[in-house]
Amino acid sequence: METIVKIENLGKEYVIAEKSRYLALRDTFVKVLKLPVNLLKGKKFRKKEKFWALRDVNLEVKKGEVIGIIGRNGAGKSTLLKILSRITDPTEGKITYQGSVASLLEVGTGFHPELTGRENVFLNGSILGMSQKEISKKFNQILEFAGVEDFIDMPVKRYSSGMQVRLAFSVAAHLEADIMIIDEVLAVGDAEFQRKCLGKMDEVTRTSGRTIFFVSHDMGAIRRICTRAVVLSNGKVVKDGNVEEAISYYLDDVRSISQKNLKNREDRRGKGNVRFTGLHLENDECKSMANAISGEPVNIVLEYESQKNYSLKNCRVSIVFSDKIGQELFKCCTSVTHDGNLELPSSGKVKCRIDRLPFGRGDYLMKIFFEVNGVVEDEVDGGGLLEVLSGKFYETGKGSPQGWDGKGVLVDHSWKTN
Amino acid sequence: MKVTVIKPKRSIFHINWQELWEYRELFVVLALKEFQIRYKQTVIGVLWALIRPLLTMVVFTFLFGQIAKLPSQGVPYPVFSYAGILLWSFFSTAITQASSSMTNNSKLITKIYFPRIIIPASTTIVSLIDYLIAFGIIFGLAKYFDVPITSSVIYIIPALFGTWLLSLGVSFIFAASNVKYRDIQYALPFIIQMLMYATPVIYPVTFAGKYDWILKLNPMSGLIEMHRAAILGLPIDWPLYALSMGVTLVVFLGGYFYFKSVERYFADLI
Repeated sequence: METIVKIENLGKEYVIAEKSRYLALRDTFVKVLKLPVNLLKGKKFRKKEKFWALRDVNLEVKKGEVIGIIGRNGAGKSTLLKILSRITDPTEGKITYQGSVASLLEVGTGFHPELTGRENVFLNGSILGMSQKEISKKFNQILEFAGVEDFIDMPVKRYSSGMQVRLAFSVAAHLEADIMIIDEVLAVGDAEFQRKCLGKMDEVTRTSGRTIFFVSHDMGAIRRICTRAVVLSNGKVVKDGNVEEAISYYLDDVRSISQKNLKNREDRRGKGNVRFTGLHLENDECKSMANAISGEPVNIVLEYESQKNYSLKNCRVSIVFSDKIGQELFKCCTSVTHDGNLELPSSGKVKCRIDRLPFGRGDYLMKIFFEVNGVVEDEVDGGGLLEVLSGKFYETGKGSPQGWDGKGVLVDHSWKTN
Repeated sequence: MKVTVIKPKRSIFHINWQELWEYRELFVVLALKEFQIRYKQTVIGVLWALIRPLLTMVVFTFLFGQIAKLPSQGVPYPVFSYAGILLWSFFSTAITQASSSMTNNSKLITKIYFPRIIIPASTTIVSLIDYLIAFGIIFGLAKYFDVPITSSVIYIIPALFGTWLLSLGVSFIFAASNVKYRDIQYALPFIIQMLMYATPVIYPVTFAGKYDWILKLNPMSGLIEMHRAAILGLPIDWPLYALSMGVTLVVFLGGYFYFKSVERYFADLI
C-alpha cells in the first residue's frame, strides 16, 4: 500500500505563558516603562520558558490505516493533531500528505444557537470542508442519521443537548475526505448513538479505504476501530505498531506513573483551582494498606488542596476503575451517594469505602476527578493503582475464573444443577 | 492526488491564490452567518440598518446644520450629511465588527484550518449589506428636498470599492492585534469617534481651508467626497480620489501582510 502521510522529525515548541496567554496593551506599556529601572537595578531579562510539546516524531502512514494515538494527558496527542490539521505550525520538521484532510477536533464546530438546524448543517458542513452542493445532496441522509427531521427548521438553542450532538456528529459522519483526524469526539452523546457512530466509522473505513488518525482515552474504542496504534510520551513516539502491544505498553506506563507522587504530577487536566495531592488505601481502623483484598472492605483516601480559603460548595468527587486491558468498569461518585450539594473544606481528605471489593487478583487503575459546580477542577488518569490480592469474595476462596485475573469485576451469583 | 506539505514558517509574501479560491464558499457562508445572527436577535431586524444612519442624520442636521451652521456646498444639510454618514457607517461598523471577529470566532480558529483572513474579511460584507439597505433612503431624501439624482450616481461604485478595500486593511490590523492585545476593542470606539471628526463627513473638505492637505491625506476624505459628489451630482475631484486610493492601497497591503505575519500564532494565543 502506498504511503499517504509522512511525518519527518516533527517538533513543536511552546512558550510557557506567565499568567494569561494574551496581553493587555497596558501591561506592555508598564513593562517598557519599567525597563530602564530594571536595567539600572541590574536585573536581567527573564528568559522565556519554553518546552517541546512534540519532538523528533517520525511516522509513515499507509492508505487505509486507522491509526490510534494514545498517551497520557500532556503527552503531545492534541499538539500532533493540531499540526496535522494545520491549525498550528510546527517548529521543525515537516509533514507531507496526499489528498484532502478533514479534522474533527470537536463536534459541532461553529454551531450557532440562534440559527436553525438546517442553517447550522450548511454552516458546519462548509466549515468542515464540504461544498454546498455536497451538503444539499447528503442533506436527507444527514437528517435521517441524526433523527431530528421534525426540528430541522427550529433554532438549535431549542434542541436538547443530545439532539445537538447527534446533528453535529451526523454532519461529520458524512464528510468525505481521504484523511480524517478525530479527537475524542465520541466521548459525547448517549451510548446508543456512540455505538451507531462507531459503526458508521467502521463502515466508512472498511468500504472507502479512508485513512484515520484517532485519539482517545477509551481503549475499547481504540481496539474496535484501529488497525495500528502509536503511544506518545513526553512528546515522543515510544511505541508504534500492533494495537494490543501499544495499549499494554501505554497501560504499563500509566501503571508505573500511578505510583509516583500525585502532588508533583503534571499530566492532569482541569481548571486547577483544586488539586489532588495524595491517594492511599486504608483499612477500617484508618491504618494505611499497601494492597486491597478481594471481597474485603477497602477505603480509598483522596487528599486535596485548593488555592481558596473558603469552603468549596457543590463538589463532586469520583473515581473510575479500569482493568488491565484498559476497560472502564465502574465509577464511584459522590453525586450518587449524597443528596443535595456536597460542601467540602478548602483542603482535606475524602474517603471512599467499598464494602466488598469486587475485583479478583490483579492491578486496577483509578482515574480521579474533582468537580466544583460541574466544572472539572482536577482530573488525573491513572491517579492511583489498586493492587488487589486474592481473598474470599466467593465463599470457596477462589478468585477470578481462569484467564480473568485483573480483568472485569466479580459478581455474586450461584448455580443450580439438577 | 494533491500533495500538501506542512512546514514551519511559511513566508508572509507567499500568497496562496489557489487556496483562497478553494475557500470562497466558506467566505460566503461565514458572511451569511454573520448577517443572519446579527438580525435574528433583534425585534425589528433589518430595520436597524435603516434607523441607525437615519437617526444619526437627524441629530447631525440639528447640531451641525442648524446650530453650528456648517457649510454644505449649497445642498440641503440632511441630504449632504446623509451622503457622508452612509459611507462612514459602512467603514466604521466594518472595522468595529472585524476587530473583535477573531476573538469571537476563537472556537473555529482552534479547531479547524482555513485561511484566517476569511474571518475579518467576511465580517466586512455584513456592513456592506447594511450600506445597501440604508442606501434606499437616499432616494426618499432627494425627492423630499428636491435634489436631482443624476447618472453620475454610478460613481458611488469606485468610492464604495475604495472604502471596502480600506476597511479590509484597517480590519486586518485591528483583528490581528486584538488577538494579542485585548484592550484594542475597548479603545476602538474612541478612535473611530475621533477619526470621524478628522474626516469630511459632516462638513465638506474645502471647510479646512489652508490645512486641507492634512485632511486630504486621510484616505476616507477622497472616498467620502467622491461618494457625496456622485449622489449630489457635483463635480468629482479625481486627483483627490487618486491620492486616497493610493493611501488605501498602502493600508490594505500593510494590513494584509501584518495579518499574515502574525497569523500562525493565532491558534496558540487565542
